[in-house]
Amino acid sequence: MIVMRIINTSQIEECVYRLARRAGVSLTESCRQAMQDARNRETGAAQFALSSLLENEETAKREHMPVCQDTGLAVVLIELGQAVFLEGKLLKDAVDSGIARAYEDGYFRKSVCDPLTRKNTGDNTPAMLHTEIVEGDKVEITFLPKGFGSENMSRLIMLTPAEGRDGIVKTIVETVKIAGSRPCPPVYVGVGVGGTFDSCAFLAKKALTRTVGSRNPRSDVAAIEEEALEKINALGIGAQGFGGRVTALGVSMEVAPTHIAGLPVAVNIQCHCVRMEKETL
Amino acid sequence: MKRLQLPLKKEEIEGLKAGDAVLLSGTIYTARDCAHKRMFELLDEGKPLPFPLKGAMIYYAGPCPAPEGKVCGSCGPTTSARMNTFAPRLLDLGLAGMIGKGEMSEETVQAIERNKAVYFAAIGGAGATYGNAVKSFECVAFPDLLSEAVYRLEVEDFPLVVATDCLGGSVYKR
Repeated sequence: MIVMRIINTSQIEECVYRLARRAGVSLTESCRQAMQDARNRETGAAQFALSSLLENEETAKREHMPVCQDTGLAVVLIELGQAVFLEGKLLKDAVDSGIARAYEDGYFRKSVCDPLTRKNTGDNTPAMLHTEIVEGDKVEITFLPKGFGSENMSRLIMLTPAEGRDGIVKTIVETVKIAGSRPCPPVYVGVGVGGTFDSCAFLAKKALTRTVGSRNPRSDVAAIEEEALEKINALGIGAQGFGGRVTALGVSMEVAPTHIAGLPVAVNIQCHCVRMEKETL
Repeated sequence: MKRLQLPLKKEEIEGLKAGDAVLLSGTIYTARDCAHKRMFELLDEGKPLPFPLKGAMIYYAGPCPAPEGKVCGSCGPTTSARMNTFAPRLLDLGLAGMIGKGEMSEETVQAIERNKAVYFAAIGGAGATYGNAVKSFECVAFPDLLSEAVYRLEVEDFPLVVATDCLGGSVYKR
């Protein structure tokens, strides 16, 4: 027998609020670790930049200040158990309400505007909400504030099947090269391969929710992650573009079946300020 | 580390080399995409800008709101390359330099060289550090732009790296 679990969306609103407040003022553990490793490998201006950034995070946590003033466009991923019945206000409204309150109370920047008039919406909504129906009776919520210095450097290319594996690696490395010093390197690179134009871009975003330094369980995918990372770090762009060994903290790639005629590749660039919080209700 | 007080003297600018780390203090003005667009409209209409451009230093930044008890919220740099459309004309009108992050275009670098100006790189992502170095904070134009408005900041010991010096030397390698 299937037992339905009732969750009021006000619980989701409170959860989103908590996640956003926490995420804005600290880096993920895996990002901090990768930044410390990078600092130990660099010298000169790049090392100065990395040391400054690690100190900055300590200040941010201690004083409850945003790590970076670009507190991002709010990306919210919800994995909703199929046995959950949501009651209360509309899920989207609950999420937006949690975001608006968190950005106000946390003294975060409101960075959302109309694309044409450029008029600010004033409360950092709407959030980019993605929902996925999964097995079970739980709700997993992931919050990822996405800064746009790095988002602006992302690309999606429809390769031909003939371009294959080499084409994928080339596209990833080239994207980081073109971005250069602009996206706040060392970057974290999320890659999506397969699906359609739209789902491929989402795969790249989802790849960024993985732990920095983790490997895809598929060995052929993991090999591409490793090869791309090595080639990116050989570019020598370094922290802030000041030159150095560490241009990327990691490469995470997700794949999905695609059409026989295509090979979509999306590269989503994340700056060194990887902020993300997750909770399961 | 070299300490500098704004406004910079000509000799001080000439003494800066790409890659030098400095601590900068004095008055700077924030302006990013929308504020630049509005300033260009004012220039085109022959109207005065919200602050005297000659000898000024622009900071490409849009800060977070100030929490209680603080002068300014998190306040790191934004990507300078988006302002390549605006920087050369402002430099030709007497702007002393800019603070931002990431490399700028060849055209901007030429304008820096031509006008003996300087471009400083702030550490992108170090928002809390820069916010704490702001000692006074006042909106001088376009308050409707919220974080994108023009703010006058008094800063103390802003940690910066000379990104492009007045001879066109650059810290960025390609």
